[in-house]
Amino acid sequence: MTNTHQRPLRILLAKLGMDTHTVGITIIAHALREAGMEVIFTGLKQTPEMVAAAAIQEDVDVVGISTLSAGHTRNLPKLARLLREAGAGDKLLLAGGVIPEEDRPLLEEAGVDRTFTMGSDTRDIVAYLNEWWAQQLAADA
Amino acid sequence: MDVAKELLKGTILAGARAIRWLDDGDPRGARSLAEIFPHTGKAHIIGITGPPGAGKSTLVNALISEQRRRGRRVGVIAIDPSSPFTGGAILGDRVRMGKHTLDPDVFIRSIGTRGQAGGLARSTHDACLILDAMGYDLVLVETVGVGQDEIDVVALAHTTVIVGVPGLGDEIQAVKAGLMEAGDLFVINKADRDGYEDTYRQFELMLHLRAESKALSSEHWSPPLLRAVAVKDEGIAEIVDAIDQHKAMLQHTGEFGLRSAQREREQALTLTCTEIMRSIRRNADPAILSAVEKREMDPYRASQLLIQNWQKDPDI
Ligand code: B12
Ligand SMILES: Nc1nc2c(ncn2[C@@H]2O[C@H](COP(=O)(O)OP(=O)(O)O)[C@@H](O)[C@H]2O)c(=O)[nH]1
Ligand SMILES: [Mg+2]
Repeated sequence: MTNTHQRPLRILLAKLGMDTHTVGITIIAHALREAGMEVIFTGLKQTPEMVAAAAIQEDVDVVGISTLSAGHTRNLPKLARLLREAGAGDKLLLAGGVIPEEDRPLLEEAGVDRTFTMGSDTRDIVAYLNEWWAQQLAADA
Repeated sequence: MDVAKELLKGTILAGARAIRWLDDGDPRGARSLAEIFPHTGKAHIIGITGPPGAGKSTLVNALISEQRRRGRRVGVIAIDPSSPFTGGAILGDRVRMGKHTLDPDVFIRSIGTRGQAGGLARSTHDACLILDAMGYDLVLVETVGVGQDEIDVVALAHTTVIVGVPGLGDEIQAVKAGLMEAGDLFVINKADRDGYEDTYRQFELMLHLRAESKALSSEHWSPPLLRAVAVKDEGIAEIVDAIDQHKAMLQHTGEFGLRSAQREREQALTLTCTEIMRSIRRNADPAILSAVEKREMDPYRASQLLIQNWQKDPDI
């Protein structure tokens, strides 16, 4: 029997804590949808525990966090750890928003794969994800 | 990880992966399904349908709480539309169900329609089987909410809940067109809103007409009409009571098993039709199609030839 593969990338987008800056995450969600991706939106005021649980239930390929109100040096490493502990460390972890340059090494060390800060072109984000996804699909084939 | 074995034990990572495979049409999905299928048929499948914005997700959130209070493990499949142009989707039903994310006895999965009409996604049925095999006592299926033709859920669910809201004139039309005949339970949500009384009377009238009709009424069940304010958890226990009564009726009459059996039988036929269609499209002789394009051959004649050719070499 022949099966037609149809495998869009699935990405979970969320905001952690009390951060209510919603413009960036909304723009990203629409850009990714236009690029043919499935965006699972879990809303605001999430904890790292909630994001990790939802990411697993939804079996997303990528977890994207938008963070503009600080706290990222604490909650992003925690999220990365929770995902690893739950056996989901293979998911790509992205962050965007207001993330000072000097925090990046710490985040990368902790397992954040890539950050996109203020002024990032959504086309670059889409291109980055498409390229990563193509590699995943090729490795899986 | 042996996905089928693990999901039978209830491992979330495994169940989530199996649903992904089935949604993507990955052959590993069908292989897992073969292993778990004998263990399915237990879960109560409950469809929740109604127009967009009626409060379906909010209602599902409240229903989960009440079902958990009654000690049941709950699976949820929430369907949102995929863009017909890009295939992408924003699946946002979870936003209203956030408080259940950390409950280990609740599993919520968002699915995009990926080109399927009728209010469900192609993989909805498969996802229900997976949640069933994982041991969830019930599966709540929230449909897209497009209106008129959203009746696929009726064939899938044991119990179909139709959600209406005050103040949507043409929504009533949509309900008339088919859902009114199909629903097992009617809920008017947003009963805190103006126009509730009018909507209630309209529904009441239509249910009365349904009860009068020999073809549509049943001696075992007359669909209740309930009110709810999902945002305030009002009327929720009554809805779950009615859902429980409907299930008890289905079990008592033997219809519970009958509906499940019919669903699997239909799924076998649907899968067959889908494969045959794909095969025919894949193998269609371009020369014949181009003759039709040039108006040298009519579509009926072309169809006969395409079928004849395909029968000689079905490639399926
Ligand atoms: C608009 C705004 C607000 C609005 C938000 C309205 C809304 N609904 O979103 C309001 C007025 C409510 C507000 C409130 C506050 N704000 Co304010 N706000 C801003 C402002 C001016 C712009 C943010 C914005 O919308 N940018 C436009 C979007 C498109 O950009 P973006 O979010 O960065 O997203 C882009 C990228 O970062 C990336 N991206 C973002 N998320 C993601 C996610 C993924 C997965 C990926 C791949 C990429 C990605 O892609 C986007 C496209 O390029 C910024 C200043 C700034 N320079 O950022 C301050 C700013 C973020 N706010 C700030 C502060 C302090 C506050 C307040 C605490 C109080 C205050 N001083 O006003 C409150 C707190 C609110 C809260 N609880 O979170 C500070 C934060 C400082 C910090 N982090 O250290 C900033 C940086 C201003 C400053 N220089 O002090 N704010
Ligand atoms: N006033 C009122 N608003 C409600 C009620 N239930 C849901 N809503 C709101 O209706 C909107 C749509 O709800 P949602 O559950 O997403 O609807 P869905 O599209 O049918 O899933 C949200 O803003 C809800 O807060 C209710 O009982 N009363
Ligand atoms: Mg919804």
